[in-house]
Amino acid sequence: MRSIAALLFAGGLAFLLLIIASELGFGEPAMLIGGDILAKAPDEVGASNIVTAVLLGYRGIDTLGELSILFAAATAAGLVLVRGNKDCHAGANDPVGGFILRTGADLLFPLLLVVGFYIILHGHLTPGGGFQGGVILAAAFFVLVLARPGADGSGGMNHTAIAFIEGLAGVGFIGLGLWALVDNGNFLQPMLSQGVFGKLLSAGTLPLLSIAVGLKVGAELAGLMTQLAEQPAAPRHDPAHPGDRPS
Amino acid sequence: MEIDLQTLFALVIVVLVLVSAVLVLVLENMIGAVAVSGTVSLGVAVLFVLLHAPDVAMTEAVVGAGLSGVVLALGLRRLGLWQLDGVTSDRPTEREKTDA
Repeated sequence: MRSIAALLFAGGLAFLLLIIASELGFGEPAMLIGGDILAKAPDEVGASNIVTAVLLGYRGIDTLGELSILFAAATAAGLVLVRGNKDCHAGANDPVGGFILRTGADLLFPLLLVVGFYIILHGHLTPGGGFQGGVILAAAFFVLVLARPGADGSGGMNHTAIAFIEGLAGVGFIGLGLWALVDNGNFLQPMLSQGVFGKLLSAGTLPLLSIAVGLKVGAELAGLMTQLAEQPAAPRHDPAHPGDRPS
Repeated sequence: MEIDLQTLFALVIVVLVLVSAVLVLVLENMIGAVAVSGTVSLGVAVLFVLLHAPDVAMTEAVVGAGLSGVVLALGLRRLGLWQLDGVTSDRPTEREKTDA
């Protein structure tokens, strides 16, 4: 009975989506805005990187949607992973990291941190931006976890602090949007003075939005990867006995 | 027929990407397959640079070669398929402990 209800529901949903899709005029009217954006963006937004001007200026709300999708995905993964048995020793079946990995991690961590923040802060000037820089920041912290997993495999990462940074960055992004809404009636409208074209402090609120995106993505992915690393590793699968699978 | 240097370079990258993509399916070693799937992304990232899309290239390199590789490798570890050829753990596994 339940499966029939689910089938009916899925069929109805598919029917509904098909009807909506058939009514939508894809490609009508043709989007010819690209050329206009290319021509006007440097004057209107003041960012020398047009891609960032589009992502955070003209299509800021799409970026907000992207952030919420990432948030939903990370939350769902976290929910599934947290159920793992906590009493099992996380590093029990892992090989030890070793000297080279630890020293390499110590050397790589500050370098990756600088590269990540550079890419985030220069998002409006050079290629890159919040998302790319954020992933690099997450990688920097994960390298530390990988080299020194510690007793529970978390490598000393504090999930409360990660969640706090993530929430703060999300609130910051939406707060900047609401500020613009109050100020001139358009959500996420770039504000503040545009400054000198091509300088670090230019393009108004775009660098601030970029920092918010970077911190949010970085905290989210670092938390996700740490959570994965905290999972107890299954006993190794022995290729000589393909029959006995790890339980 | 005249082929300029950039086209030749792109051709080499395309062949590399295709070979890597086939290797992902063929390789017996799971860790190797994960690593090769990272090379696919790296090659595609280089192609994006050739097409003057550095923003996309950066995302592809960071997410495709870095993040997804790490997530896949952690998944292998969770499933107990983390096996390097001829390399065994310094610590005894659970089964070796019970055998001894």
